[in-house]
Amino acid sequence: MSKARLMQGNEACAEGALAAGVKFYAGYPITPSTEIAEIMAEKLPLIGGTFIQMEDEIGSMAAIIGASLTGAKALTATSGPGFSLKQENLGYAIATEVPCVLVNVQRAGPSTGLPTSPAQADVMQARWGTHGDHPIIALCPSSVQECYELTVKAFNFAEEFRQPVIMLMDEVVGHLREKVELPDAVEVVERKKPSVSPDEYIPYANNESMIPAMANFGDGYRYHVTGLTHGENGLPTGKPAVAEKYLERLTRKLDPYLDRIQLYEEILLEDAELIVVAYGGPARSALEAVHAARSEGLNVGFFRPITIWPFPQEALEKYAGRQFLVPEMNSGQLVGEIERVVGRRQVQRLNRIDGELITPDQILQRIREVMTHVQ
Amino acid sequence: MFSEIAQYFRTEALPHIWCPGCGIGTITAAIVRSIKTLQLDQNNVVIVSGIGCSSRMPGYLDFNTLHTTHGRALAFATGIKASRPELDVFVIMGDGDASAIGGNHFIHAARRNIDLTAIIINNSIYGMTGGQSSPMTPHDKRATTSPYGNLERPFQILDVAKAAGATYGARATAFHNQLLTKLIVNAYNNPGFSVVETISQCPVSYGRRNKFKTPADMLMWQKEHAVMIGQKEAVGEDFSIGEIFKSEAPEYTGEYAKLRQRLKGE
Repeated sequence: MSKARLMQGNEACAEGALAAGVKFYAGYPITPSTEIAEIMAEKLPLIGGTFIQMEDEIGSMAAIIGASLTGAKALTATSGPGFSLKQENLGYAIATEVPCVLVNVQRAGPSTGLPTSPAQADVMQARWGTHGDHPIIALCPSSVQECYELTVKAFNFAEEFRQPVIMLMDEVVGHLREKVELPDAVEVVERKKPSVSPDEYIPYANNESMIPAMANFGDGYRYHVTGLTHGENGLPTGKPAVAEKYLERLTRKLDPYLDRIQLYEEILLEDAELIVVAYGGPARSALEAVHAARSEGLNVGFFRPITIWPFPQEALEKYAGRQFLVPEMNSGQLVGEIERVVGRRQVQRLNRIDGELITPDQILQRIREVMTHVQ
Repeated sequence: MFSEIAQYFRTEALPHIWCPGCGIGTITAAIVRSIKTLQLDQNNVVIVSGIGCSSRMPGYLDFNTLHTTHGRALAFATGIKASRPELDVFVIMGDGDASAIGGNHFIHAARRNIDLTAIIINNSIYGMTGGQSSPMTPHDKRATTSPYGNLERPFQILDVAKAAGATYGARATAFHNQLLTKLIVNAYNNPGFSVVETISQCPVSYGRRNKFKTPADMLMWQKEHAVMIGQKEAVGEDFSIGEIFKSEAPEYTGEYAKLRQRLKGE
C-alpha cells in the first residue's frame, strides 16, 4: 500500500533521503534549495540523526564527508553559487571514495544570476567542476515523484560505489507541487564493510569489483584517508606506478556498473525521424510537444537521460542517423554530448536563458520547422 | 624514548617529510604522549588535519586519521564529532591553515564550543610552499612574499579563539615539550572547543631569512621569550605560555543530544 501525497519537489527529495536512511545533513541556506535544509532540521533530530547549519558551503561539504566516514548516510543541498564552493571538497570525496549525496537545485547563472529562476546551468559543472580526472554520477529528475525515487537511488549508488552522487535538479521540479505515491518500503543499499580483521584490511584495495570495502572510523579499523594520491594502504605516494594504478581504478570504477547506473526513458522512438532529447524540467514540455506533434502526424520521439553523468551514450547511439532536437535551459551544455554521440550535423539546439521554462509550444514550433526540412 | 610511544606510529609510513631541525617532530611526540597519558583507546581516536607541513602528521600516526583540504580540517572534524560524539577528535593545523584559509571554520568551531581539541602549530610561515608570510608572521619579519618585512599585524590566535567562544586556550612551544604534553591533556579534558597554540621553528623557510643561524638558536629564542602566565607580563617579543584562558559554556554535541531527548519526550 503506497500513500498519495501532494508534495513539492524539494520536499520529495528530503522524504526520499529519509526513506534511504539519511542520518546527517550539513548545509547553508541558498535559494531555491533551502526547503531541503528546513525539513532536515525538523526531522533528523526526531530519528536520532543530526542536522547542522554550517558557516559556509565549503564547510557543509566537509562536514558531510566527516560524518560519512563515521558511517552515517550524509546529505547536503545547494544551488549554483554554493555548488561552485562545494567543488573543492566534492573532489576530496571523490578521491577518498566517501559516499555522500549533494543536491543542486539549479538556478540561472553565471554568478549570483537569477536566484529564483530556473535553469540547467550546472550540467557541465556537475561533470567537470572539480579539478582533475574523476568519475561522477549525476541524476536529473523531471517530476516530483522522481525527486523522491532518484534521491533514494542517489543514496544507493553513493553507498554501493563509494561515490558522491549529485542530484541535479532545477528550480522547476524543486518548487513544483504534484501528486507523489510514497511506497511503504524502498530498496535500500548499505555500504560494503570489511569482512576481514583489521590486520588484513586494505582500505583502498584494487580488487576485482573496483569498489573497496569501507570501514567506519571508530569501528576498530584504523586507516589513513587523504586527498593526496595514495596507495592501497591509504598512505600518500609519489611513485608513478602506484599513482597510475590508483587513478586507473578511480577513473574506471563505475565502468562495470554502467548498465545499472545509466537510467533513461524512451517514448515513441521506433519510427521517429526526429528525436527530442530533454531532461529535468524542460523534459515535461518536450514530452507534451512530442505528443502534440504526433497528433499532427509528425514522426517524432522522445529520449530522456535520467542519469546525465555518466552520459548514457550507448542507449543514444542506437538512433544515430536520425535527427535530434535538444531543448535546454542554458546556452547549450548537454547538447555537446549528444553531438559527440550522433554527429553534430544531426543535432538542432533549442535554448532558453531568460530564466523562464521552455514551453511546449516553443518546442512544437521547432519540431514543425525541423520536420519540414526532414521531409 | 621512541620505543615508549612506538605503538602509536605507523612505522611503515616513516621516514617523515620534515626538514632537519623542524619543530613538528617534537610536537608530534608531545601529542602522542598526551594521548598515552590519557590512556585513550587508539580505535576511538580520530586525528584530522588540513594542508601544510604539520598536517602531514596524521599519516604517521596509528589512529583513525584524516588528512583533508587546506583550512577545512575543523569543518571535517565537526562532521565527525557531530555524527559520532563518543569519538576523541584531535585537529592538527598550521598557522596559515587555521588562521587564513581556515579562519571562518575556526571562529565557528569556537562559537559552537564543539568538543574538539585543536592544536595549532605556529611556525610563523607557510613552510611547505617555501616560506610565504602567514597571518601569524610577526610584524616586520621577512618571508618570500614580504621580502621587505611584513607590513601586516599578526593574529593573536588565542584572543580570536576566546572572543569567538572557545572555552580553553593554552600556549606552549616546541622547546617546552613537557608543558605542551600537559596542556594537550588539559585541553582534551575540557568539554568544549579547546585550542593549544604551539610555537614552533621552521629553520629552513623562516629562520634563515630572520637571522637565526641554526635550529638551536630558534629553540633558544623560544626558551628566552616564553613567559609563564601569571608569573610575569609578556612585553616586546615575549609571549605567555601556560593556560591562557578557561571558561564554561554549553557544548554543541551535548546540546544536540539534549534536543533529541527533549523531542522524544514530546
